[in-house]
Amino acid sequence: MARVVVIGAGPAGIAAAEVLSRASVEVAVIDEAPRAGGQYHRAPAPGLALDMRRLLGTGYAAYETFHNDAASVCSRVDYRPGTLAWGVHGGAVHLASRGAAKALGYDALVLATGATDRIMPVPGWTLPGVFTLGGAQALLKDQGCLIGRRVVVCGSSPLLYLAAVQYLRAGGEIAAVIDTTRFADKLRALPDMLAAPRVLRDGLHHMAALKRRGVRIIHGATIDAFEGEERVGAVVCTPPNRMPLRIACDAVAYGHGLRPETQLAELAGCALRFDAAQRTHVPETDLDGRAGQGVYVAGDGGTIGGGQAAAVSGRLAAAAALSDLGATTNDVDLEAGRRMLQRLRRFQRGLATAFRWPGERAGQLDDAVILCRCENVTMGEVRAAIALEDGAAEVNRIKAATRCGMGRCQGRFCGPGLAEVAAISAQHPGSERDRLRVQAPIKPLPIALAEDVVP
Amino acid sequence: MSAIDVDVAIVGGGLIGCMTAFALCKRGRSVVVLERGRVGGESSGVSFGSLRLQGQHAVELPLALRAHEIWETIEEELGESIQFARHGHVHLALNDEHRARLESNARHGRAHGMDITLLDREMTLRRWPFLSDKVVAASWSTRDAVVNPRLVAPAFARAARRLGATIHEGIEVARVEQGGGRFIVHGRMRDGSEPVISSAALVNAAGAWSDTLAAQFGETIPLFAAGPAELVTEPIPPFAAPVMHVVDGSILFRQTDRGNVIIAGHPRMKVDAETRRARVPPDKILINLARLVAIVPRMRAHAVIRSWTGIEGYVEDMMPVLGPSSTTPGLYHACAFSGHGLQMGPAAAVAIAELIADGATTMPIAPFDIRRFYATGQQRTLSLAEEFQADVLPPRDGLVR
Repeated sequence: MARVVVIGAGPAGIAAAEVLSRASVEVAVIDEAPRAGGQYHRAPAPGLALDMRRLLGTGYAAYETFHNDAASVCSRVDYRPGTLAWGVHGGAVHLASRGAAKALGYDALVLATGATDRIMPVPGWTLPGVFTLGGAQALLKDQGCLIGRRVVVCGSSPLLYLAAVQYLRAGGEIAAVIDTTRFADKLRALPDMLAAPRVLRDGLHHMAALKRRGVRIIHGATIDAFEGEERVGAVVCTPPNRMPLRIACDAVAYGHGLRPETQLAELAGCALRFDAAQRTHVPETDLDGRAGQGVYVAGDGGTIGGGQAAAVSGRLAAAAALSDLGATTNDVDLEAGRRMLQRLRRFQRGLATAFRWPGERAGQLDDAVILCRCENVTMGEVRAAIALEDGAAEVNRIKAATRCGMGRCQGRFCGPGLAEVAAISAQHPGSERDRLRVQAPIKPLPIALAEDVVP
Repeated sequence: MSAIDVDVAIVGGGLIGCMTAFALCKRGRSVVVLERGRVGGESSGVSFGSLRLQGQHAVELPLALRAHEIWETIEEELGESIQFARHGHVHLALNDEHRARLESNARHGRAHGMDITLLDREMTLRRWPFLSDKVVAASWSTRDAVVNPRLVAPAFARAARRLGATIHEGIEVARVEQGGGRFIVHGRMRDGSEPVISSAALVNAAGAWSDTLAAQFGETIPLFAAGPAELVTEPIPPFAAPVMHVVDGSILFRQTDRGNVIIAGHPRMKVDAETRRARVPPDKILINLARLVAIVPRMRAHAVIRSWTGIEGYVEDMMPVLGPSSTTPGLYHACAFSGHGLQMGPAAAVAIAELIADGATTMPIAPFDIRRFYATGQQRTLSLAEEFQADVLPPRDGLVR
């Protein structure tokens, strides 16, 4: 029997596994997290009495449905939580779990690896107390913890408003929501966002709820700095045509939307392309997620589309894998799925306008600002390396010269900023660009794992 | 398009090509370096970074020692740091056969004036207590050093450029013609333009692709491509200064000044010189980590954050092809360094520069003549099983493995 390996147990991975589990294939679901849900449907740690119904509000119904489905699906497949897929080579996924290394061969590989926060560095972004938006949300949903008592939520992302509302529900104080995209851009994005009226309505609800609670919302501001000595104590921002503001806080949740986790797709041999709208590299796929080499990409790991689009694309990817394996399924209405996915993607295009990635900021930041926090590499060091290359710098060359992107995160967080600095220096900021190349392990691999390997 | 006229055209902007350009510029020659990709972008930047003297092949050691003299003052000449550090090199023995090799290497090295100390197990473990008792002996050579290989080729390219060299990146050599006693090099740029370079001398420093260029002149370099498996850990507090190297090459590691531990382990892997993309297979990563933990148990507490490899050009006698062409006056080969290019590079570059500028060199390069491949009944004595995985070596007749 053909084996299909699904990486990730978030909305895309579980939806794919659900379709696969009803076909005559062997299904394995590999998930780095101890519990299914991904980031979108992250569930609290066992034994934690967190009132998810209250925390998620109108989002609770989808959460509950997902977890019921996931429990059922995971009981029917070879489900391996707490397992890191750290490499793909020769038709096998290489896994690390509970101190042991294993390889799992596949006939088809469904990558539902999700996304992580995208960050534009600002002065002070590495201070203690500054969290990514996703990180702040994960702490709340997983551990019931707030990142501080008085929190500034800033950057530009639909998550700004959701995270702020959830923090209020959990008893936190929101000092301000600072959105770096102008309100006019939000209006400009409305036609596209009407493609998913319910999601739009939820977003507007969140904004209204914040206003009702007296939370200050600033649109179109530039984030100048996170200030503090031992830890963050204030956010300095400049609203449009106004003097800079200093907003006191004891924690900051910061982010500019999401960046697809494409490392495994690259290692599996999939082609990547630069997507100008998302301003990031994504795996080259057809609408169903076929990426070649027996690989299928679903969810935010392919194109940032949110939880609902992830589930639809998971079903399409599973159907594509089954069809290519000769194990057809009638369970998936392909045409309806594709229509829905296209509609949701249009909505996401709107989001990319309404919540802009401020790539141009990379050109304005002071030389002293840290770009790569793992290796402590500053903007100035990166610019000096680019200057040595006569300005025609390629990101992997800058990495080699400066160590930017060589640390624990392997460029997952500094990569987008580095790409912008390089693009600005090459004077083609909007065009096709280089990206940091990937090698295994995609995340730190404990050496102890190898102890059982016969040398 | 009118031709660019230079004294010397160098094909290949790896560390050998850039070092040769620098050496030629110092001798007043006009030079252009033609690099298909980026300077130092292939195997030059991906090596382990060891400038090892101890255990160098007997025939290579004289050139290696001359290279080392250059390395020891190179940062002053270049005007920038390439993270040169003279931390020494330790060969480790895991069995009696290894121990015999250490003793033989020490005799040979001392005969060339090297400072080598042999240590028994007790002395070894007292000196480096992080090693496990699987280590039965060690030999410590103090003059050996390390550099950061990623920085070397670009630094030499910049130094050469300051002295007037033209470093052309993104130019593929389509073909080379000869006429009027000159080489006419037809290049092809990514944008489709086709510059022509005319030179009196031509240097083949094309690394893993140097056999193709040699073939245009009716010469055979029996080259094959292979890659080293390199790993690096997160930074950890300093514990090991010298390079530690099990003498059969099965595992070697060094700690950088900032704390990361770089780990390599032979045999080298098969890589694809056509697609020019190479990765370390996960199984290889695990095997090398298992070997590391066996001799340095404390490493089990840490994590590896990245692997890499590159495409290096090898020949079966593991020696470079260095010197004049056997068919074409004015053509010089500086290639097939078989993994030893970083250490020997500066002396090889001076040898080529002297041959071109003076017609003769003081560098001991006689053993590396390309004509050695035409000798009949050639036999090899090195153990290639230690050096390469079985799938790397090309099938060939007449050579004893």
